[in-house]
Amino acid sequence: MSYLAKPKFHHPALEANSLGFTHRDYEGSISTLCAGCGHDSISAAIIHACYELAIPPHRVAKLSGIGCSSKTPTYFLGQSHGFNTVHGRMPSVLTGANLANRELIYLGVSGDGDSASIGFGQFAHAIRRGVNMVYIVENNGVYGLTKGQFSATADKGSKSKKGVVNSDSPIDMVAIAIQLGATYVARSFSGDKAQLVPLIKAAFEHQGAAFIDCISPCVAFNNHEGSTKSFDHVRAHNAALNELDFMTARAPITADYEPGRSEIIKLHDGTSIRLRKLDARHDVTDRGAALAAIHEHQGKGEIVTGLLYVEEDPQDMHMGLGTIDKPLNQLGEADLCPGSAVLERINAALR
Amino acid sequence: MQPTDIANPDYFHKVVDCQWACPAHTPVPEYIRMISAGRYGDAYMVNWKSNVFPGILGRTCDRPCEPACRRGRIEKEPVAICRLKRVAADYKEDITSRLPKAPAVKNGKRIACLGGGPASLAVARDLAPLGYDITVFDQDPLAGGMMRTQIPKFRLPETVIDEEVGYILNLGIHFKGGHKIESMRAVLDQGFDAVFVGTGAPRGRDLDIPGREEARAHVHIGIEWLSSVSFGHIDKIGRRVVVLGGGNTAMDCCRSSRRLGGESVTVVVRSGFEEMKASAWEKDDAMHEGIPILNWLVPKEFLHEGGKLTGVVFEKVKAEIDAKGRRNLVPSGEPDHLIECDDVLVAVGQENSFPWIERGIGIDFDKWGMPAVDARTHQCSRPGVFFGGDAAFGPKNIIWAVAHAHEAAVSIDKYCNGQDIADRPPPMTHLMSQKMGIHEWSYDNDIRNDLRHKVPHKDPALALKDIRMEVELGFDGKLGLAEAQRCLNCDVQTVFDEDLCIECDACVDICPVDCITFTGNGEEADLRGRLMAPAANLTQDIYVSKPLKTGRILAKDEDVCLHCGFCAERCPTGAWDMQKFLLNVTHAGDAAGEPACRSAA
Repeated sequence: MSYLAKPKFHHPALEANSLGFTHRDYEGSISTLCAGCGHDSISAAIIHACYELAIPPHRVAKLSGIGCSSKTPTYFLGQSHGFNTVHGRMPSVLTGANLANRELIYLGVSGDGDSASIGFGQFAHAIRRGVNMVYIVENNGVYGLTKGQFSATADKGSKSKKGVVNSDSPIDMVAIAIQLGATYVARSFSGDKAQLVPLIKAAFEHQGAAFIDCISPCVAFNNHEGSTKSFDHVRAHNAALNELDFMTARAPITADYEPGRSEIIKLHDGTSIRLRKLDARHDVTDRGAALAAIHEHQGKGEIVTGLLYVEEDPQDMHMGLGTIDKPLNQLGEADLCPGSAVLERINAALR
Repeated sequence: MQPTDIANPDYFHKVVDCQWACPAHTPVPEYIRMISAGRYGDAYMVNWKSNVFPGILGRTCDRPCEPACRRGRIEKEPVAICRLKRVAADYKEDITSRLPKAPAVKNGKRIACLGGGPASLAVARDLAPLGYDITVFDQDPLAGGMMRTQIPKFRLPETVIDEEVGYILNLGIHFKGGHKIESMRAVLDQGFDAVFVGTGAPRGRDLDIPGREEARAHVHIGIEWLSSVSFGHIDKIGRRVVVLGGGNTAMDCCRSSRRLGGESVTVVVRSGFEEMKASAWEKDDAMHEGIPILNWLVPKEFLHEGGKLTGVVFEKVKAEIDAKGRRNLVPSGEPDHLIECDDVLVAVGQENSFPWIERGIGIDFDKWGMPAVDARTHQCSRPGVFFGGDAAFGPKNIIWAVAHAHEAAVSIDKYCNGQDIADRPPPMTHLMSQKMGIHEWSYDNDIRNDLRHKVPHKDPALALKDIRMEVELGFDGKLGLAEAQRCLNCDVQTVFDEDLCIECDACVDICPVDCITFTGNGEEADLRGRLMAPAANLTQDIYVSKPLKTGRILAKDEDVCLHCGFCAERCPTGAWDMQKFLLNVTHAGDAAGEPACRSAA
């Protein structure tokens, strides 16, 4: 962390996106997290993803709960809307916001404590409702703000900084998200932006509940030997299923891949992602296969990363509810209170 | 790429662009920080050690440091390094007690310095504290050479010259003024242990075109005229003046003319305005005083009537590239241009001139009449005779003269002690961590956004009335501080320790200028294209680490690094540290007056 604001000067050769912004324009205020925190890398990945997608910052609403992870929305997208909710209540506030104004792009940022403990129920219901959002859990396996107790995602058998062994079973956020009906599920690692940035971009383009579990080492309390969420452990046990190339509608497909090793996944409005399969057996559109892959690698002590599951034609909460296209918060009095003649008609229909 | 060898003194020295560009390698950021701290005397002494004439150079230097300044690559303009030097000189306390003293007991060696300009004086300063008995000869009555005779007083007041020349002459140096050297042989016959030639480039080039002879009384050679003005022999000029030439001497001529009665003064250059040799700021200052600069005009003829100059005729030209790729000036075909005038000042270049060095005394000359001088040792073909300043390799400037002098002084000291002068002493370097706490550094790492501050000038209406009134007022303390804060402290280096790095990316994420990348190694050209921001400036190095745990390397593009230290603040393991790199060129003697350049016995 630093007391000083980040200098305004940027590299003179920085390219601007189609909105005329450089990636520096997507930054927030300077982080107050510990030096080297994985969360800061995730913030940087979000910044790069939004810059590369040329997302207008004022069209994004970033919501978070409580915890180190939930502090991070201050550190990116300084020109976007933000809401810092009560602990674990981000999913319901996000759901409400989305109901009121479906036009914004919703980014929920949470941690393993915020989503797997106090907010576990909230997390479950936002996912099963299919709220159109990007939900990122910055998962470090410990309660960093309270000095490093195991969180609900800490692996059984992993050791705390003081040498205590965790005896509880972990909650696997991606497995649960898949079971609850999330239509885009991925896992990544804060130390691998080449993988993380395209995953976040594709999640933004996905029109449904997109969930990313991002392992993010806590340098202060969970980056030691015996931890399964340390830089060294994740790097040594990372089993990436695929690599993503994010493509805009007009970008030509140039690279050649071995047959069966590459797959194009269509997203809405013409964009698509190209998956370069590192594990040729894995079918990302098969929910069961995704769960099987998670369990298989877990059994081998590996951490499976990459795009695990995606539904090409997702349904979101508004479709289920049949709400009108116009955001509810833009409806005027005449729309909301159509008068006694209409009421009469409705009543008559019910008699 | 191979891992960067940061133990090589050149590596970090190059990162300090200003110091690397300065011929005398003045530790610029070091003295700018001292100015920020109000330590003007200390800042002055850092300069005095490196460049000998801080007050003079702070007004007149050619400033090779400024075009090199990293700040100019990040925003519009470099730090006003030169004028900050003047701040140190203007506001310093009395520093005379900090100057070296000539030892009471001499070492028995006698040195002659021919010419009393910056090169000779700097040699004398370097050698006198070591006990050498030094005599400086000059044709003019006062020491200072071109600094006194050619630079107008409105740019460089006499008091500043007297002060800084005085610091040197007070080291027990014998100054023989008004003593023109007519014969090198005679000098050598006096049995000096070594002779240093710092006689400058004293001859102004003439312009041999029709009418030159007839209009002789009104056509003056620029540097001779400036010298006469300086000594008060000339105090007026015609109402309409044409100055021929586009160098700094031409700028001094035209501005002097404006102060001596020239109401309509015009500078005329053969080639384009952009190609003029004069420094951009000197052109600005001249134009600011209402002097137009006309270009693409080649003087053809002086018009005269009864021994009186009436005007100059110019041919209009344009530049053309010939078949061999050379650029030539060819007539544009437009009608000739006439400028009516009463006086012409010819400032079309200077030449070296050694009619007083006899041939056949062991001093070889090349086909251009220049002595054969070794670029490193400054010794000519006759052992014990050394050249420096404009006399060595042709016209340059004061700061180059000083740099030559330091090298020549080293050679002289080694020569007089029977050592091999080709064996040069390495520079002295220090690398020191600046870390004081998690967010605390012993330098100010808060990057200011201020644009370059302008030096206040005297009202031109007043300034043009008195040729001895200094035009530039210099920064006051407040402006000086604000300008000093623009310095990026490039000497505080980003030092990387690969053994400590855990590759968390924190430094990559925080770097405001995207200069840090962790990636697979490759050839330099390939690597430069794969960094967070393309490293297109090939003059700036890439700092490459040994392979890290993941097999990748760290590659840091030095080009636009702000030296803000955020990488080091964000580093959880201290793999990055900010360390001050101090490099001092080894001079003949050290601060204590002890010999510093001699090889170990």
